[in-house]
Amino acid sequence: MIGEWLDIGPVDQIAPGNARTLPVRGGEEIAVFHTLDNRFFALVNKCPHKQGPLSQGIVHGNVVTCPLHSWNISLKTGEALGDDKGCVPTIPLKVDAGRIYLLREAVVGKKAA
Amino acid sequence: MNAPMNMKDARSGQPLAERLVVIGNGMAGCRAVEEVLARDPGRYAVTIFGAEPRVNYNRIMLSPVLAGEKAFDDIVINGPEWYSDNAITLVSGDPVVAIDRTARTVTAKSGRVEPYDRLLIATGSDPFIIPVPGHDLSGVVTFRDLDDVDKMLAAAEAGKANGGGNAVVIGGGLLGLEAAHGLALRGMQVTVVHLMPTLMERQLDEAAGYLLKTELERRGQTIVTGGDTAAILERGGHVAGVRLKDGREFPADIVVMAVGIRPATALAKAAGLEVERGIVVDDHMVTSDPAIIAVGECVQHRGTCYGLVAPLWDMCRALADAATGTPSGYEGSVTSTKLKVSGIDLFSAGDFSGDDGAEDIVMRDASRGVYKRVIVKDGKLVGAVLYGDTADGSWYFDLLKKGEDISAIREGLIFGQAFAQGGALADPNAAVAALSDDAEVCGCNGVSKGKVVGCIMGGAHSLDGVRSACKASASCGSCTGLVESLLALTLGGAVESGPRTLCKCTSFTHDDVRRNIVDKQLKAIPQVMQELHWTTPHGCASCRPALNYYLLCAWPGEYQDEQHSRFVNERMHANIQKDGTYSVVPRMWGGLTNPRELRAIADVVEKYNAPMVKVTGGQRLDIFGIRKEDLPAVWADLNDAGMVSGHAYGKSLRTVKTCVGSEWCRFGTQDSTGLGVKLERMTWGSWMPHKFKIAVSGCPRNCAEATIKDFGVVCVDSGYELHVGGNGGIKVRATDLLCKVETEQEAMDVCAAFIQLYREQAHYLERTAPWIERVGLEHVKAGLFSDPAAVATLAARFRYSQQFMQDDPWARRVAGEDAQLHQHLAEVRPMEIVA
Repeated sequence: MIGEWLDIGPVDQIAPGNARTLPVRGGEEIAVFHTLDNRFFALVNKCPHKQGPLSQGIVHGNVVTCPLHSWNISLKTGEALGDDKGCVPTIPLKVDAGRIYLLREAVVGKKAA
Repeated sequence: MNAPMNMKDARSGQPLAERLVVIGNGMAGCRAVEEVLARDPGRYAVTIFGAEPRVNYNRIMLSPVLAGEKAFDDIVINGPEWYSDNAITLVSGDPVVAIDRTARTVTAKSGRVEPYDRLLIATGSDPFIIPVPGHDLSGVVTFRDLDDVDKMLAAAEAGKANGGGNAVVIGGGLLGLEAAHGLALRGMQVTVVHLMPTLMERQLDEAAGYLLKTELERRGQTIVTGGDTAAILERGGHVAGVRLKDGREFPADIVVMAVGIRPATALAKAAGLEVERGIVVDDHMVTSDPAIIAVGECVQHRGTCYGLVAPLWDMCRALADAATGTPSGYEGSVTSTKLKVSGIDLFSAGDFSGDDGAEDIVMRDASRGVYKRVIVKDGKLVGAVLYGDTADGSWYFDLLKKGEDISAIREGLIFGQAFAQGGALADPNAAVAALSDDAEVCGCNGVSKGKVVGCIMGGAHSLDGVRSACKASASCGSCTGLVESLLALTLGGAVESGPRTLCKCTSFTHDDVRRNIVDKQLKAIPQVMQELHWTTPHGCASCRPALNYYLLCAWPGEYQDEQHSRFVNERMHANIQKDGTYSVVPRMWGGLTNPRELRAIADVVEKYNAPMVKVTGGQRLDIFGIRKEDLPAVWADLNDAGMVSGHAYGKSLRTVKTCVGSEWCRFGTQDSTGLGVKLERMTWGSWMPHKFKIAVSGCPRNCAEATIKDFGVVCVDSGYELHVGGNGGIKVRATDLLCKVETEQEAMDVCAAFIQLYREQAHYLERTAPWIERVGLEHVKAGLFSDPAAVATLAARFRYSQQFMQDDPWARRVAGEDAQLHQHLAEVRPMEIVA
């Protein structure tokens, strides 16, 4: 299964500066981000602080600010920035011919034990 | 199978030469042949098949041909004599339709069969046609070859007869904008429809895209961003216009589709070669069949397909090296982009999307319309976006390709090659120190360096001090950095920090920003960032919502609210809770309700299994635990019962709390409930710097707690006491008495005027209580009462603004606006393993 990519649809379904969600049955919901620079990232949709839905935060640069307590989370590494400490899992993502793909094993591998 | 050998003999007279057949008479195919000939002219007997009935020309120069800046003859790369001089057989206007790898032959459309020893595929790419209704009408063209250009020119010529004609270009990328520019120069009225919110989003960031859009609009083009084409309209078998999904229509005599290209791989695929997005090649441009090589836009090398011309040259070099026995290898290309639209300087290269550990250096010069952004990572330049001044583009591109360590010149990097390599000037403070005393620091107020330093020595130890002492940096603010450097140089560490800036992205304060928005007529977030020299490309989570509010307040009815610059609650029109669900509070005017509303709320609670309903402190009902996907349906049910958004989530008017007043209460002096309802009807829906609460008490017993509200009315026998600046939050503050009035109408006018003063003057996220403590009650009173017309003027501005705000956001979402904010992309259901 290594390297198998899951097609989650065209890039234009997420407007720049926004994120949308992808629930995973039996696993963790994923947030897919489209930055103002037209880059795409995917994270587990849970702030490492108090599990706030990162998909609902304000996106600036490659950072999302959690809507619950304004932690800044790197979209690239999932790590909390500044003085805060914590990390949320990232999901490898690629964009090919206008479509977004997530690494399948990272998506389904996030199953709760 | 003997015949080919004879043909070759006859043509070249060199029977030992291998037969090289090239599919594609474009830039890649011919360049590859040129490179091979340069290395070993006698090695191959070459036959080139071209689909177009003409010789090899420079495709990227079609834009200047369209624009009338060049003729076709100017862009021919290789004329007929090149083919004959090099004994190349050109088969033009007869495209190859099949490859037989076993027999090693190609078959052309005419039936001609040509054998090969080596085959070079250089089929380039095909323009992508969006399959909307009408895409195959006459008058719908792409922008790929000279035939397309001829069609566009014919349309422009026909248009001249009736006043110019209309063109719609679908796609605001590099090619689309060049087509639009050419058509505009040919006298057509051009509309560009672009799906994404910013032009050329693959090459430009939001800031540069905005500047480009503004310039094109200034030149008379209509630029529609975020426009999704629904259909191409027809009249008498010919194109007549374009309709977007939002219903807008644009007339068109010609429609140019320039939404992107796809590698032309059909031939290769049919021949069984390995094809992914493009024809897969190795570092020597060899496909999965060792006898077949490929080059150009049709190939995929190390996972990348290129749509620009520069990588061709490197690919062709590697191909020719390998084909002539001295393999070198192609390692991929770093690309840069320039837009070929005269008078617009625009450059982009590398990775400008930022990254962890990547650092943005931004310089904006609003008066010259310049935006420069370079991205540095691990001491190396990794990307650059330049608009308005691209003189250093090639220098940056060179630094980028070489990957050299630029730490030593980092400080001066953004100022360009001349400055950064000027040695001692690399330290900005040193650069300022090196200025002579009579060098002008502040252009707006004509202040020299000597004068600024004199002021600092004379006691102005802060930015604000300097601004008030000599006006330096007090106008446009672009020399703020220089003044700060002078403070640091003159005082060492003793600089006093002034009022806080809006956020770390800017040296301007809230007041500066608000003043500039009005004075300079700034009407969009990227425009504010450009004009006020923001140091980040897109701002941050602090300044984006603040700017969005300031613009909304300054330009009611004109400014387009940016949803992605709002906090989640205002974007979702509900309050996010700790578990990520939302709570929903419908408006109950003045705290009044009725059986119909209560039934609707009860039904919603049951239908959506809301775990809790609570009476709020603001006299309404809060429904908890609603999922974002269910919000529109919940709102639809509440709308049906006549209820609208309560804005319990916004920096906006929250509730108007009332007591029952003279209608029921034995102590009541006035109709407090009725006035509360009127106030709420007047003020609901307005966006404010922070949340805003109102209460109306019917007598001084003050059951509605009006003296801890932002605006409180306490009714007395002789009229209405109006109180402001109360707060029941973290820091309790009782209101200040603002004034006393005799009639309801006066109470409402003062309320509207006070709110408008607060809306126009307070800092974003500043409640009325800290605002009044900061500016003083006397300032507020002066703003309202020193001029007898002030209340009426402010109230009129508030009411004008309200006509655009009092539009129930829930109803708009129910009708389908921003539906994607409530929907998941999809759901992943991993297949379960059945034992």
